[in-house]
Amino acid sequence: MNLKPNTNLSSLYRTMRRIRTFEERVGELFIRGQSAGSMLHLSIGEESSAAGVCAVMKPQDTFTTHHRGHGIFLARGADPKRMMAEIGGKETGYCHGKGGSMHIADMALGHLGANAIVGGGIPAVVGAGLSSKRLKQDSVSVAFFGDGAMQQGILYESMNMAALWDLPVLFVCINNQYGMGTRIDQATRNTAFDQRAKAFGLNGTVVNGLDVEEVQAAARWLMDEARNGKPGFLSVEVYRFFGHARMDKSPYRDEAEELEGRKKDPVLFARNKLIETGLETEPALDETDRTIAAEMDATIDFTVESKAPQLNTMFRDVYAVGEPEPEPVRTRIDRVLAREDV
Amino acid sequence: MAAMTYRDALRQALDDAMKEDQSIVVMGEEVGRYGGAYGVTKDLIKTHGPERLIDTPISEPAIIGAAVGAAMTGLRPIAELMYIDFLGMTMDQLANQAAKIRYMFGGQIGVPMVLRTQGGTGRSAGAQHSQSLEGWVMHTPGLRLAMPATVQDAYHLLRQSLTKPDPVVFIEHKALYTRKEEVDLTSEPLPWGKAAVRREGGDLVIVTYSRQVIYALEAAQKLAAKGIEATVIDLRTLNPLDFDTVRQHVERVGKAMVVSEGVMTSGVAAELAARISEECFDFLEQPVVRVAGEDIPISVSQELESGSVPSTSLIAEVAEKMLS
Repeated sequence: MNLKPNTNLSSLYRTMRRIRTFEERVGELFIRGQSAGSMLHLSIGEESSAAGVCAVMKPQDTFTTHHRGHGIFLARGADPKRMMAEIGGKETGYCHGKGGSMHIADMALGHLGANAIVGGGIPAVVGAGLSSKRLKQDSVSVAFFGDGAMQQGILYESMNMAALWDLPVLFVCINNQYGMGTRIDQATRNTAFDQRAKAFGLNGTVVNGLDVEEVQAAARWLMDEARNGKPGFLSVEVYRFFGHARMDKSPYRDEAEELEGRKKDPVLFARNKLIETGLETEPALDETDRTIAAEMDATIDFTVESKAPQLNTMFRDVYAVGEPEPEPVRTRIDRVLAREDV
Repeated sequence: MAAMTYRDALRQALDDAMKEDQSIVVMGEEVGRYGGAYGVTKDLIKTHGPERLIDTPISEPAIIGAAVGAAMTGLRPIAELMYIDFLGMTMDQLANQAAKIRYMFGGQIGVPMVLRTQGGTGRSAGAQHSQSLEGWVMHTPGLRLAMPATVQDAYHLLRQSLTKPDPVVFIEHKALYTRKEEVDLTSEPLPWGKAAVRREGGDLVIVTYSRQVIYALEAAQKLAAKGIEATVIDLRTLNPLDFDTVRQHVERVGKAMVVSEGVMTSGVAAELAARISEECFDFLEQPVVRVAGEDIPISVSQELESGSVPSTSLIAEVAEKMLS
């Protein structure tokens, strides 16, 4: 890949461009009718949050994400082919087609799971923090969620426990201004979210997501503190460029707002910064973008060519291998109807 | 053999398991310094310390949610839900997270946690502290469900639950804590997932679990005095469910009653009755009868409370009608 080694911003730019392009391909997969359903939540416009925070995570760190988590998983090092295949519900996907976009996970990369319940994955990082502390894993567990989860009680229960027990935990709110179609000021009176975290005894800060290096710097401080037992909270202020999910045409907001919002483009900002500071040239970045586009194009081909899971795999993984399994309904019916005359 | 209470057997199981497996931690409201609302974890903090007997704030969703995360990352947590009624607070973490993680993630990881809780009537605890909600759990694939009736099982089922790779909901009965029985904790336990035939008779099969096993056995004794011999099956675990044992005895006897403290409609009794009706149809001499909780909330009044769930006398009365 066309990257200048040891150039932090180049690396972050590449991560963000990969996320942007991947998400665009997710949209294409849907249009081609190859996605499993339409519940596809794109993080276009939010790439700095994933790239900035994941850049300061260590290999042993763990995390959970919300339903808009493709970018975070990619930034963490996921294989985009296996991700796309999962989004397509194929057997080659990370979860063999059982999880999809909103329930993707990979234990090898410390991904404890994306979640389709708003706030549902947050308390797991408290437990991971307990494990880390008790088993001396030297890991921080990071919960990524949207501003919608800021109004869920489970977040505050989790913050309270993390602070009470001095756990290596970081809560990251990706504030894209909307919980589905409800703008944040229609959901809460006080949008200074860091105040809430501080009230529970956590470190807390808000960062503008336009400049990924600022996100990274804020995350680095919070991660270092968390690793030493002082949990933290970070709110990254971004704008969700498109609708809630693929079918959403955003009737609840006007075009002028969207056009203004899309000016806060962290990918473009980083690109311009690289050129202005002389770290990269425009042709070099174009080449990087083309390489990434080719990589992401291949994810669609891989997905289309992959097989759907075998029907009988549906009974697998409800319980551990070797444990009593669920009995298929058809088997039960056949047994009931196969009675002998008595 | 030694006499021991249900509560002490549970505590012994926790103590022994925690000595053997350092990854076990107990977390919940009042489990440490207080010793548990019903005294099950009394003094365990002295042996195992506050790092393993973790007193939590009153935050049921986060208690279960944190246990899920801990179970995924190397610990074997026991999350205590003080009353099963509080499932209403935390059902997302149990049903949407714990139960589905292995499946959603394609078998990559399990959630080896135990949710210890207690349910049932018997202490005038009212509508929000007396329910039998095992049906909610049994209705959720991915969760194992153990409900000990005997002191011996209180010990062995809890020890077994703490070796399982999947989440186990372990429901104790609040009216059994002080019950004392002769036990031998060193004896070979019955296999996990196997029902126990507590009494064998040729006139009627009573299929039940938890405290109703005690009631059914008392009823069977009364019935025996009148010449009626009942088989009493203690299911012990509702998931996995040992239906083979049920089928075998119902086919032999031809009459079946299922007893559950949970409300009758759409409950455990409904499931058991449906299965027996479907699978033992040609062997049944009469419809399967459900003896279950009334479809009403539980009252504080002792009269209303005990009147709304099955009892020894109700089981005996129904059995006599079935055989008349």
